[in-house]
Amino acid sequence: MVANALFVRLPAQRGSDASPPTVSVFLNDTPLALPADTSLAAGLLAAGVTRFRNATVSGAARAPYCMMGVCFECLVEIDGVPSQQACLVRPREGMRIRTMDTLPGMVFPEGGEVRRATRSANGDTP
Amino acid sequence: MQTTDVIVLGGGLVGSAVAYGAACGGARIIQLDEGDNALRASRGNFGLVWVQGKGLGLAQYARWSLESSRLWPQLRDSLLEETGVDVQLNQRGGYHICLNEQEVKTRIERLQWLQDHVGADDYPFQILNPADVRDDLPGLGPEVAAVSYTPMDGHVNPLKLFHALHVANQQRGVRYMPCTPAVSIQWQSGTFTVHTPRGQFQAPRLVIAAGLANQTLCAEVGMYVPVRPNKGQVLITERLAPLLRCATNYVRQTDEGTIQIGDSMEDVGYDDMVRAPVNTEIAARAVACFPALRHAKIVRTWAALRIMTPDGFPIYQESEQCPGAFVVTCHSGVTLAAQHALRVAPWVMGGERPPLLDAFPATRFNPDTKFAHYGR
Repeated sequence: MVANALFVRLPAQRGSDASPPTVSVFLNDTPLALPADTSLAAGLLAAGVTRFRNATVSGAARAPYCMMGVCFECLVEIDGVPSQQACLVRPREGMRIRTMDTLPGMVFPEGGEVRRATRSANGDTP
Repeated sequence: MQTTDVIVLGGGLVGSAVAYGAACGGARIIQLDEGDNALRASRGNFGLVWVQGKGLGLAQYARWSLESSRLWPQLRDSLLEETGVDVQLNQRGGYHICLNEQEVKTRIERLQWLQDHVGADDYPFQILNPADVRDDLPGLGPEVAAVSYTPMDGHVNPLKLFHALHVANQQRGVRYMPCTPAVSIQWQSGTFTVHTPRGQFQAPRLVIAAGLANQTLCAEVGMYVPVRPNKGQVLITERLAPLLRCATNYVRQTDEGTIQIGDSMEDVGYDDMVRAPVNTEIAARAVACFPALRHAKIVRTWAALRIMTPDGFPIYQESEQCPGAFVVTCHSGVTLAAQHALRVAPWVMGGERPPLLDAFPATRFNPDTKFAHYGR
């Protein structure tokens, strides 16, 4: 699904020759194996994901920046809950991740009822 | 010893706006500031360019604010041209949200007094039903009794304003000195000498715009300038799709999609810690205004300290004892930034004194003046 990742995982330390454990997740409904021992943001970057979400105003592609919970650039939907910080989450077996690459966040319809904006059926896959 | 035309004490929005205006007039300026641990209202404010409701009991303050809102596009344009920073001025008008009939009654009385004293042509306002304003403020909740609207209000991105002023000043040669707070000031033969931990600075003119330090620093040049902190807390949501076309007094959406909620008012001295019970109240009122906000994620919260005079109005004063020393202090450094850059700076450089400043002398206070109480 990805040709050229911007980030690569460093080789394993000497003394631990076993390849790192992985978990199986779904990214926009596509199966993907991610290292179990790094954050979801790091795993997705290493897997070559460059568009985690769209800027809410301009629609520009956004991706992790600070990797430490401050910048809120790495937001993804996890198991149906939108706007999760991927840098603060470890991938779990069976996790269903969606990039937030259409109008994310809330809408304010008349009457004060709330719904979350939904992505287009054909989301912009990484 | 370093000498210059003007020394500005304070690196916040007020000092930077005055420095910018003076630099535009060709002055050489040294701006002395504290460090990152300074009590910095310029980093904590709500970003409104606001006229509505201000100046009850002192119509000159309403007019001073109104003039600043009219000057603001000029400041926006010059900062954009010089620095490339768009401070995102939005002057589509502003709303004040009333949650019950008592609030509506109080609101009408306040705005009617201001209109009577400023003039109907200059001070239009409307009281509207939530359904009438759904294009500007979609999603107002059933608890909203009414909103008041004034066309002269708006908001900016205050952090971009702060940035733009510093960039513009740097480009114009203002020497900004962080971690160089004034400790004492001497005046002799028309020259001020400012002593700091990092050396002495001399100039024939001195602008004191150091926020909560103004009282202490002004005493050095023979002025009594009483100021006290008043604490405000705000909440910041995740970035959301653009929804709110206009600012309100309580909830506004920034150019980048963030919704800023607040603020509180507390007289609690120099405590600038965020307190959860206050945030609970702020959030509850915001949800009453816009019920959908209950689903928004809050990503940041902070507290900052307003700089309040006993009557809440600004002080603009040249020292009688040490001519050439000026104090500029207010709690609306965003709204009044245009006045400070375009009208106050020329005055401190020896130009025309804006006639409205007659309403804001330091001499209206003495050590027996009691502070009005703001908040709880």
